[in-house]
Amino acid sequence: MNEPDREYSSPPRGKRVALFVTCLADLFRPSVAFASIKLLEQAGCEVSVPLQQTCCGQPAYNSGDYEEAVPLAQQVITMLQDADYVVVPSGSCAGMICHHYPKLLEGVWRERALELAAKTFELTVFLNDIAQIKPSKHKPSHNISSVAYHDGCAGLRELDIHDQPRQLLQKLCGIEVSELQQSEVCCGFGGTFCAKMPEISGKMVDDKLNDVLATGADMLAGGDLGCLLNIAGRARRLGEKIEVRHVAELLYQDLDTPAIGEGD
Amino acid sequence: MEQHSETFLDNASAALKNSAQAERRDVIAAFAPLIRSAAIEGFDEFDNLRKHIKRVRQHSLDHLEYYLGQFEYQAVQNGNHVHFARNSDELNSTVLDICQQHDAKRIAKGKSMVTEETGLNAFLQSAGLEVMETDLGEYIIQQAGETPSHIVAPALHKSADEIRELFQSKHDLGPRELPETVDLVSEARDILREHFLQAEVGIIGANALIAENGYSMLVTNEGNGDLCANLPRVLIVCTTIDRVLPLAQDATAMLRLLVRSATGQAQTCYTSFYSGPRRESDLDGPIETHFVLLDNKRSDILASDYREMLECIRCGACLNHCPIYSSVGGHAYGWVYPGPMGSILTPLLTSLEQSSALPNACTSCGRCAEVCPADIPLPDMLRDLRHEENSQKLSAGRWRLGLKVHAWLARHPKLYHALTGLAISTLHLFGHKRGSFVRLPMAGGWTSQRDFPAPQGKTFMQQHQARLKRIARQQNEH
Repeated sequence: MNEPDREYSSPPRGKRVALFVTCLADLFRPSVAFASIKLLEQAGCEVSVPLQQTCCGQPAYNSGDYEEAVPLAQQVITMLQDADYVVVPSGSCAGMICHHYPKLLEGVWRERALELAAKTFELTVFLNDIAQIKPSKHKPSHNISSVAYHDGCAGLRELDIHDQPRQLLQKLCGIEVSELQQSEVCCGFGGTFCAKMPEISGKMVDDKLNDVLATGADMLAGGDLGCLLNIAGRARRLGEKIEVRHVAELLYQDLDTPAIGEGD
Repeated sequence: MEQHSETFLDNASAALKNSAQAERRDVIAAFAPLIRSAAIEGFDEFDNLRKHIKRVRQHSLDHLEYYLGQFEYQAVQNGNHVHFARNSDELNSTVLDICQQHDAKRIAKGKSMVTEETGLNAFLQSAGLEVMETDLGEYIIQQAGETPSHIVAPALHKSADEIRELFQSKHDLGPRELPETVDLVSEARDILREHFLQAEVGIIGANALIAENGYSMLVTNEGNGDLCANLPRVLIVCTTIDRVLPLAQDATAMLRLLVRSATGQAQTCYTSFYSGPRRESDLDGPIETHFVLLDNKRSDILASDYREMLECIRCGACLNHCPIYSSVGGHAYGWVYPGPMGSILTPLLTSLEQSSALPNACTSCGRCAEVCPADIPLPDMLRDLRHEENSQKLSAGRWRLGLKVHAWLARHPKLYHALTGLAISTLHLFGHKRGSFVRLPMAGGWTSQRDFPAPQGKTFMQQHQARLKRIARQQNEH
């Protein structure tokens, strides 16, 4: 007989947290998910990774295919219903769960969506405000001189994420973030937008990259892989030397893996 | 107005290639949000007033028929004529009839997006009338033969140099330098002044109609609206049915949000209320006044899921804060109303088929909704329009199919993990050395502008499941 799947990867210690990895971290940057798990454990949480997870349904939803998005939302709600907390290393996916599932669904499913929304948090919000992570005893092994931060739009406006990543970077790594001039302006990713309207998106990501470069920072961090893939991809195209990383990697000091878009 | 929304992507592409205009748009995009936030920072009532106006607008729309009736009654009591126009043709021919009854040849016109919508100028001109726009921005684009690029600042796309060149070629005033902006303004003022005095009919728009007293309210910064309204013998106010508000205090409350959101002022230079024709004791003013109230699908919108769009107060803040509007400019949208509000209104007032690109010109960044003084959920409405496009199969078939396949796969986790695992391993194999792809099949949209970052290696799920198996094996061994 086969051994049943064990969803719990770490021994019980405190808050039971289910990690919603997000499809972009799953596919493109597993280091984000591993760093998230370590950070949550450092904050005293018992972390599980539900094995049924795939995608939160944003591509279909944002493209107006609500009919396809509904069953995906229901799948995520069912999968995560038993967790005490759900943590998502992306403002846009957390925003989807917290704000858009209740809009998309009706009746009982809407109620269940609201229940899930109440216990779902973006990673930096959870670490900073809920779990109140303490700095680890090890000194930061890397000396990073200056980091710019990109606020993803959904995180910024749907979830009010602004101070949390900055406070964490300060507290855990001693980093003061260099602020962008136009930090409230979208980077031009927008899910399928960047592929449907590439020229406009290209102009927007150029503006964002120029803003980042103008800070003089050597690294750009952010909480949303979609934005980061977009900005890193443009930097690579133009040959600009800026290291782009998810904030979780930076907080966990996992800086040996090549940055986004960089070779081995 | 003729519509070119179908070619939005081509229009946008051309706009992006005009680097002088694109640079100017960048300057404005950095500047406009600052003046708005400065105006709102010291104004503690903003949020409460926004909630209040939302309720007022909802109430007005819920009882639109009642308040329109009350407005009509009061306006007629004041000596006005009130006309209702179901569509653009009816508005245009009503206005022409009035002009012809008075044997008018010259029209002085204030800024009105509604008459841009109906194409009134072209219609009157084809009937032999001379129509002069008197808002400076509108005057400039009329001389240039262009259309507005912004609902508040119609000539936003033109530089002072372009305007100087335009005036020098259009105004027969001999050689002159016009070195400063103020010289341009005063030249236009001299020419317009003459026209105000000669015009037999004045046409203006309205920011609100007040049901309780039958007045219309208009804000301008140039005072041209008042000259259009008071100097010619006949005044025609053209607006839409959704502008009606129950009380005068509702209109003034709205004003406090509108002006701050639009231009960052606490008040415009001129705020005027028009009651009707001159009375016996009045020394001046028009002898006859008309309201022409246009529906043009507003009733349909009222009955639809998009009724909140009728709460829009036309401040232009969503344009000023939209990164797509500021990237491509207003003309790319191909009709009267650009930016987020225009991407919703255009499909509703024309057709979704003709303007199917517009609801897609949005990254759902939410900045428009954040600043909207009418608290309209613009990104949600744009997405709902994309839902309609999807249901009506107006969007590209390959996108619809691609997203369906993705969603189907995502509902089958085991298969999803197996297939994505395979695809990601392949991408990693070919991409890990350089770290990103310059070109990739089926990702042409992405790679036309940027490299495609290569995945790190195996997917997280592959690694995680392998780890779980390893743990299970170790436990079995003990």
